[in-house]
Amino acid sequence: MIVVVAEQREGKLNRATWETLAAAQQAGGPITVVVPGALVAGIAGELAAADVKEILALESPALEPYTPDGYVAALAGSIGELAPALVLLPHTYQTRDFAPALAARLERAIVTDCVAIKGDGSSRTYVRPMFQGKLSADVAAEGPAPHLVTIQIGAYRADAAKRGASAAPVRTVAAKVDAAAIRQKPEAPFKEAKQAVDLSQAERIVAVGRGIKGQEHIALAEKLAKALGAEVAASRPICDSGWLPMDRQIGSSGQTVAPKLYFALGISGAIQHVVGMKGSRTIAAVNKDAEAPIFEVADYGIVGDLFEVVPAMIAELEKS
Amino acid sequence: MKIAVCVKQVVTREWPIRVNEQKTWIRDQDASFELNEPDAYALEEALRLKEKHGGEVVVCSAGPARAAQVLREALARGADRAIHVESDALGSADAFQLAGALAVAIRDEAFDLVLTGLQSDDQGFGQVGVVLAETLGVPHATIIMDVQVDAAAKTMRVKRELEGGWFQWVSMPLPALLTIQSGINQLRYATLKGIMTAKKKEIRKVSASAVPAARQRIVSMYVPEKGKKTQMIGGSPAEAAKELVKRLREEARVI
Ligand SMILES: Cc1cc2nc3c(=O)[nH]c(=O)nc-3n(C[C@H](O)[C@H](O)[C@H](O)COP(=O)(O)OP(=O)(O)OC[C@H]3O[C@@H](n4cnc5c(N)ncnc54)[C@H](O)[C@@H]3O)c2cc1C
Ligand SMILES: Nc1ncnc2c1ncn2[C@@H]1O[C@H](COP(=O)(O)O)[C@@H](O)[C@H]1O
Repeated sequence: MIVVVAEQREGKLNRATWETLAAAQQAGGPITVVVPGALVAGIAGELAAADVKEILALESPALEPYTPDGYVAALAGSIGELAPALVLLPHTYQTRDFAPALAARLERAIVTDCVAIKGDGSSRTYVRPMFQGKLSADVAAEGPAPHLVTIQIGAYRADAAKRGASAAPVRTVAAKVDAAAIRQKPEAPFKEAKQAVDLSQAERIVAVGRGIKGQEHIALAEKLAKALGAEVAASRPICDSGWLPMDRQIGSSGQTVAPKLYFALGISGAIQHVVGMKGSRTIAAVNKDAEAPIFEVADYGIVGDLFEVVPAMIAELEKS
Repeated sequence: MKIAVCVKQVVTREWPIRVNEQKTWIRDQDASFELNEPDAYALEEALRLKEKHGGEVVVCSAGPARAAQVLREALARGADRAIHVESDALGSADAFQLAGALAVAIRDEAFDLVLTGLQSDDQGFGQVGVVLAETLGVPHATIIMDVQVDAAAKTMRVKRELEGGWFQWVSMPLPALLTIQSGINQLRYATLKGIMTAKKKEIRKVSASAVPAARQRIVSMYVPEKGKKTQMIGGSPAEAAKELVKRLREEARVI
């Protein structure tokens, strides 16, 4: 049996849950979806449309708002009782926050950020990126079941999750959580002051990464952007260094964009960057490393030094 | 405040990665190494907290003898002393083994706060900090972008990064563990004076005898298969630039 842990925040289901369901269905075997929260009947009903054996609404007032202590206690109890072979979770920030502690509490293996599941039973392996996506590894989980596995966002398609012929049964169970034992006291989520630039509306984007080397070279990217009629954006390290403002960051912790043209300069293509731009219609990349992961998502690629290619592009664009 | 910072030695970004013959690890005998990037931010945050609240910053690393390099670097940047859990096997160990090895070194010291990076640049588990918190029995919060400590009340309020530009403040009692996100602060680099005084600072070696069994095993490592057909454009930079402009105009029609 496979358990899928659904993710919701304030009564809204995270779509990544459907991706994880698709992964579970492809792995094969009966599936129980566990939905932790205070009042999750609505979400349980939504998930009952999936082709699964059962939905388990794991409820306690102590599970709202989310805390790692609350979730670890509730899920350790529930997984202990269900005794599945495998527990799948979407690799979200929330999962990152509690799942390793849950695995430690259960004394079980956890394999994170997986993009595929190979084989079955005891010969199952999980494919995950290593070395910032420069390598992939097939990893086996060791020790007794259940093994916890987190599924990378976008690795499976949400619409590939099969719907059932009829609604799956929903069972509500009281989670065993002692509210007084929860040590984290969260406040309401918020967004920083209104973003000055809304890159989601840009038709073309020139994005710079660490390959740009120094703040003084940002001007080169700006010049190319001008010649293309594009906005300038960046990978996280560029914004961390203060070379461009935070609101120009693309990726899981920045903006998600889908312009007509996304031009990546000196960006390696780490998954946290790629999730923010892979929906772009056309992706072009310049990188001096022929094996950089950015070339896995690019439509056009030039292996070369951006300090040579970019001035040549500007000259070419200004010609006509 | 007594603060521990866990720092990992990882291969440098520039090193062209090569897999070993068994395809189970990289050929790290020819690699060059550096401090894991988020760990540099965790160290900086610890140094700033010490400047504000007083106390001590102790850096801890689990790894082979070569990991002493990142401990020296952290000492040069201002950490007071270091703990090195030394074993060759820890160079490619899994998160449970590393958290177990670090817990042995950290447990008896009664730290008020333990900081780790949010993720390592090599194995990228995103686990060691959270597993360590559970092992030590202290509360934790992850992907932290601000730390406000009330030393008298023995509590803190931290800013968690959520997805898509959202944040959340969370309060919790000390002792606790935080995993630090890159960009939380601006880094300082070692000064010549720092490098000189670092030579006199202590690196205590701890044996890695109580390391738990591995819970995951790398069966095979390889360069990822390409999912999409990328048109690679060759030639000199000028030729490639000209051809790319042409294709973006005439084929993709995006400029
Ligand atoms: C929880 C979490 C959230 C994150 N959120 C984000 C996010 O929202 N956005 C984001 O971008 N990252 C994010 N990251 C970081 C991400 O994992 C990568 O570390 C980051 O994207 C790498 O940025 P980069 O490609 O600019 O740098 P690097 O990975 O260092 O790549 C630099 C590239 O430049 C190339 N290069 C160097 N010199 C030249 C030259 N002269 N000409 C051409 N190419 C050159 C190199 O070959 C290399 O491929 C996040 C990480 C985590 C763990
Ligand atoms: N061998 C190690 N020695 C010291 N700290 C480590 C080690 N491995 C991981 N860490 C810490 O745990 C964090 C997360 O690592 P990981 O779980 O591998 O992604 C890193 O940023 C480090 O702060």
